[in-house]
Amino acid sequence: MSESDIQVAHIAKLARLQLTPEEEAEFQTEIEAILSYVDKLQNLNVDGVEPTAHATQITNVIRDDVSGKTQDREKTLANAPDVADEVLLKVPAVLGGAH
Amino acid sequence: MEYEAIIGLEVHVQANTATKMFCACPNNFGSEPNTNVCPICLGYPGVLPTPNREAINKTVLAGLMLNCEIPEFSKFDRKAYWYPDMPKNYQITQYDLPFCIDGKVLVEGKALTGELEPKYIGITRIHLEEDVGKSTHAGTYTGVDYNRAGVPLMEIVSEPDMRTADEAWAYLTALRQTMQYAGVGNCDMEKGQMRCDVNISVRPVGQKEFNTKTEIKNLNSIKSVHASIDYEIERQIEMLENNEEFKQQTRGWNEASQETYVMREKEDAHDYRYFPEPDLMPVVLTADKVAEIKEKMPETPAAKRARFVEELGLPAYDAQVLCLEKATADWYETAVATGADPKKVSNWIMTELLRELSDAGLSINECPITPENLGELLGLIDKKVINGRIAKEVFAEMFKTGDAPGKIVKDKGLEQVTDTSAISEFVIQAIDNNEKAVGEYLAGKETALNFLVGQVMRFSRGKANPNLAQEALKEELAKRG
Ligand SMILES: [Zn+2]
Repeated sequence: MSESDIQVAHIAKLARLQLTPEEEAEFQTEIEAILSYVDKLQNLNVDGVEPTAHATQITNVIRDDVSGKTQDREKTLANAPDVADEVLLKVPAVLGGAH
Repeated sequence: MEYEAIIGLEVHVQANTATKMFCACPNNFGSEPNTNVCPICLGYPGVLPTPNREAINKTVLAGLMLNCEIPEFSKFDRKAYWYPDMPKNYQITQYDLPFCIDGKVLVEGKALTGELEPKYIGITRIHLEEDVGKSTHAGTYTGVDYNRAGVPLMEIVSEPDMRTADEAWAYLTALRQTMQYAGVGNCDMEKGQMRCDVNISVRPVGQKEFNTKTEIKNLNSIKSVHASIDYEIERQIEMLENNEEFKQQTRGWNEASQETYVMREKEDAHDYRYFPEPDLMPVVLTADKVAEIKEKMPETPAAKRARFVEELGLPAYDAQVLCLEKATADWYETAVATGADPKKVSNWIMTELLRELSDAGLSINECPITPENLGELLGLIDKKVINGRIAKEVFAEMFKTGDAPGKIVKDKGLEQVTDTSAISEFVIQAIDNNEKAVGEYLAGKETALNFLVGQVMRFSRGKANPNLAQEALKEELAKRG
């Protein structure tokens, strides 16, 4: 992977992270070092090896459609940044979602 | 210049399973907020999601009903997601290997504003993902309920095959119908069980390439989808004619003003950073497994319509109306199975039953009349126990009380009078009381006879057999002529 393949500024934007110019430069160097290490994999000969999404060959780990225990609302809301109307998680105003 | 619209739809349908997609929380609309949640759907660290077998089976069934191929190998992926209605900051979905691909659905017949020639709309894919929670916007803050987060959601992506609002309307209607026939989703748009995004662009007829498209969101009924498309087509044509520059936009639909408005413009291409979901193993659906699901597949709405036309001799319009809801089609078939004439049953349903149901605000499942009883009513007409006019009265009584027609006819003494001596009494009464009409008839005015038949029916309180009444009248009048 060449240097231009990854831009920390872009990744930070996608991850909603605010970085100082110093941090940006620092992480750019670090990420390039990590990627060049992973790049060694490119030297492996994988002729005839099927691509896979998983390292294991396990498939169909599936459950039956049977309902189970839910968590108490108090416990759920105790983890929320804030609570609205006693029953909703309260977050900063959002306009529109992806759905 | 002539223009055409290029329309593709992305439709989300909640699968009506008992539990959520990756955890055992109930999949229930209308529960108290934040009660159907657990560490898995709340995305706590260290939890392990497991896919719901029923959700997968229902998605495959939906795919088969929509003529899709079911690939043997599928997997789940993570998609970056930044709104607080998804607590994990990612959504589990399917990126490149969905459960269903390459389907199609037939649209035909009467649409919202016009009549459609039969046409197939291609279905690119159906993938299975998890729904997000429900946000309530309160101005200075947003409240979130996670009951819906993790509910199985099928996303059905069409090819850009539609050209008009009517085609999109018919496609959505067909999808909803198919999901209901398959029993995989309830598709109540008001409850958010079915949601639709429209992708639309306009180009001059003859142009090969697509122009920049607009995405329309916030559509909460099939009617709004229709209206928003018509609005967008006009808006975009006007922009083309004024040589205005198109930016890729997401627009919302304002139901009150019946207009679309800009929600956001795409700054840079979305980068969802999909990657294979490491917590979930791929799913292999063997040919045997797919065949097993296919075996239980109900008849598709299109196949049912075709059968009603070909085997029962119904007009296409009747078939379309009766098959709109599976429950109505089932009701119809049960009534026909009593031996009643298929077209007559259809007429009674379309003119009487559906009207009564709609007036009473009832669904066909709540219908007080059983299909067997409608069959019996038609039998009573055939056997001339009652005439058509009395039958309508009996029908209204059946709807009110749920009683069998035979019982109503007997209790109220509504049997048709076929006894000729009884009929001739009514004939004499009709003639004696209507000298003017009698005179006109005798003077050669044939239509006066209809009036006199009506009078005989009146004196018999509707119970006389109208044919016998007419014959007896003619005979009696001939004597006086
Ligand atoms: Zn859960």
